Amino acid sequence: MEFIHTDTRRMLADTIDRYLRDKYPLTARVEAGNGEPGFQPAQYEALAELGVIAALFPEDQGGFGGEGFDIAVVFEEMGKRLVNEPVMDNALVPGPILAAAGLSDAVENIIAGTARYALAAEEPQALYDLTDVETRAEANGDGWVLTGAKSVVKYAPGCDGFIVSARTDKGMSLFLVAPHQVRLRDYATFDGGRASELSLEGAEGQLLGQEGTGAEMLQEAADRAVLALSAEALGIMQTIREMTIEYLRTRKQFGVVIGKFQALQHRMAEMLLEIEQARSAVINAANAMALAGPERARIIAAAKYSIGRIGRLVAEESIQMHGGIAMTWEYDLGHFAKRLVMIDHEWGDQDFHLARFIEQGRAA
Amino acid sequence: MDLNFTQEEIEFRDEVRGWLAKNLPRDLARKVRSESHLTKDDMLRWQLILHEKGWLTYSWPAEFGGTGWGPVKQFIFEEEMAYACAPRLLPFGLRMLGPVLMKFGTKEQQDYYLPRMCDGTHWWCQGYSEPGAGSDLASLKTAAVREGDHYIVNGQKTWTTLGQHADWIFCLVRTSTEGKPQEGISFLLIDMKSPGIEVRPIQTIDGGREVNEVWFSDVKVPVENLVGEENKGWTYAKYLLTHERTNIAGVGKSNQELARLKELASSQKRNGKALAEDPHFAARMARVEIDLMNMEITNLRVLAQAEAGGAPGPESSMLKILGTEIEQELTDLTRRALGRSAQALVPEADDPGFNGPYVAPEGFQNASGVYFNHRKTTIYGGSTEIQKNIINKMIVGL
Repeated sequence: MEFIHTDTRRMLADTIDRYLRDKYPLTARVEAGNGEPGFQPAQYEALAELGVIAALFPEDQGGFGGEGFDIAVVFEEMGKRLVNEPVMDNALVPGPILAAAGLSDAVENIIAGTARYALAAEEPQALYDLTDVETRAEANGDGWVLTGAKSVVKYAPGCDGFIVSARTDKGMSLFLVAPHQVRLRDYATFDGGRASELSLEGAEGQLLGQEGTGAEMLQEAADRAVLALSAEALGIMQTIREMTIEYLRTRKQFGVVIGKFQALQHRMAEMLLEIEQARSAVINAANAMALAGPERARIIAAAKYSIGRIGRLVAEESIQMHGGIAMTWEYDLGHFAKRLVMIDHEWGDQDFHLARFIEQGRAA
Repeated sequence: MDLNFTQEEIEFRDEVRGWLAKNLPRDLARKVRSESHLTKDDMLRWQLILHEKGWLTYSWPAEFGGTGWGPVKQFIFEEEMAYACAPRLLPFGLRMLGPVLMKFGTKEQQDYYLPRMCDGTHWWCQGYSEPGAGSDLASLKTAAVREGDHYIVNGQKTWTTLGQHADWIFCLVRTSTEGKPQEGISFLLIDMKSPGIEVRPIQTIDGGREVNEVWFSDVKVPVENLVGEENKGWTYAKYLLTHERTNIAGVGKSNQELARLKELASSQKRNGKALAEDPHFAARMARVEIDLMNMEITNLRVLAQAEAGGAPGPESSMLKILGTEIEQELTDLTRRALGRSAQALVPEADDPGFNGPYVAPEGFQNASGVYFNHRKTTIYGGSTEIQKNIINKMIVGL
């Protein structure tokens, strides 16, 4: 039993932390998040150069990591500084799907930070269910033709390709679609960032992997995304924790620092305790990436449920303990709180994952 | 990061598990599983079986006749005991007074008391709380006045668990009213057969009789029964608390309870469908299960720290809060899974020769009693509110 990361991972964490501390101011992040393309391309390239993306891929795909704890370390560090670069959406999620389909050049470029791909899986009617797919793919000679619509595809403009889920006669499959084949209508997201509604009207697509295996490939991607989001949320919670402690120690009302009031002390203690539970959930999920079947699925679902529940608590409580100042755009806390709550809206919220946990428990 | 036990630890776990399967009396395990009342003889019987094996003092260092196991092995042992439904070992002698005597007692005290708390000669109870000193323990008033070779003790202790069986009581008593309340407290060992001691049972909310009041009127206690120095008792009590707080999370017990609840929820039917399939009930079970899974990891993190020699931090307070809330939630769900049958009050249903009706399913005759009894867990050993104060003090520092 050992709850300390390996030297390599600690060095990676230090490197990311040092870079972000020096070179990733929150003001630029917030500004970029509300403009186009919704992130800072120069920062994204710099992170790739630092090895942030390579850490997410195994050696045989050109990276130097790829295990659950690599993902957890990278995203926790990025969460602490509220990094808003498409590392998850344009690299971690699409990369392994392309690798599994044998497109190693694309993966190499993703790791180098010179290419970005996006997964377009969720549909407007699906409410997080990745198997609720109405988009159709029809065989057309050597290729396929796709028709349908996908919702909230993050960081889509400028991507080199889209991985689209669609139904064929043999079930659900994944297809690679070129950017000029799709129509995008993009908009800002609430937590700072950019997303698109994507429509396919007779778009040409290339089948990835075997026909009918889309659901498995998606689930693998979803597990990685859930782990990354959970670790990011944990990083955010830690920063909120530090900000709130500092505020309780310095803000005065009624002539004393507000941290002297037991009503706030007990709220804070509850929050501190729940953050430790969130950390445990992330450790458990990172560890579970090496497992398989319902055992793994249950632990991953438990983590996302926990993060959803605790994330909301931490966001709400920290705002309450700060008072009015936390309601302003200018004060940093709100941006962290918004991302923390919005994480519950990505890859299944707490209710979705609680139901999944129950269902997988019956399968186990 | 490695969440697994070492090969050696796994072999140790298997050894404990195998031994328990052979040596834990079936009747005791059955009583523990259904949370029915254990007699003094039940508890002593199990204590002596463990003592013979040399595992009773599983938390003691080897120099005092203990196993010398580290925190991880102790944890594994406790978990296996919980999974096997072994009677719980009373902490008062083995986990509380024992370590205090080892650290602060004289050689004579160690030689006299330590073996006797193991072989069943001395049943120990704890004299801490008073009617006016609950969470605010340092305000205790029971007084010990030195007269020659004796202290004369007057006052009242309360919530004395199983004091009705006890041969000895270790007490915090006031020997000085000068300075801060914490500075005038001493740690005294008192023979329960001393003239002037009266034990009055307190009937608890569930109808049980596990706690007592202990009254002292002019009780003569020889001065050699003082542990350590006069007026330093608070230091010893705090030292003792750190021992009390190990394995405070009760992971094994709660896992055991959860398994029982799941079984119950699968066999209880409504409209021909298992209660476990009811979306509301399933969701509540899943929530507590996930909290427990997370706590299990939190607990292992703390354990790994302890194994590496780290001092207990705010995490033990967190584990106390979490562990007791999870336990309480499980007792609540169990009660609710029983429906109308949880209303029956038949505490004697598990006694031999009971010939009344069994209203609830086997093993769940006292679920409402268990539920109400467990309200105590967020009150004793430092209430949830006290634990929150501690967490706050250690982390925010105000």
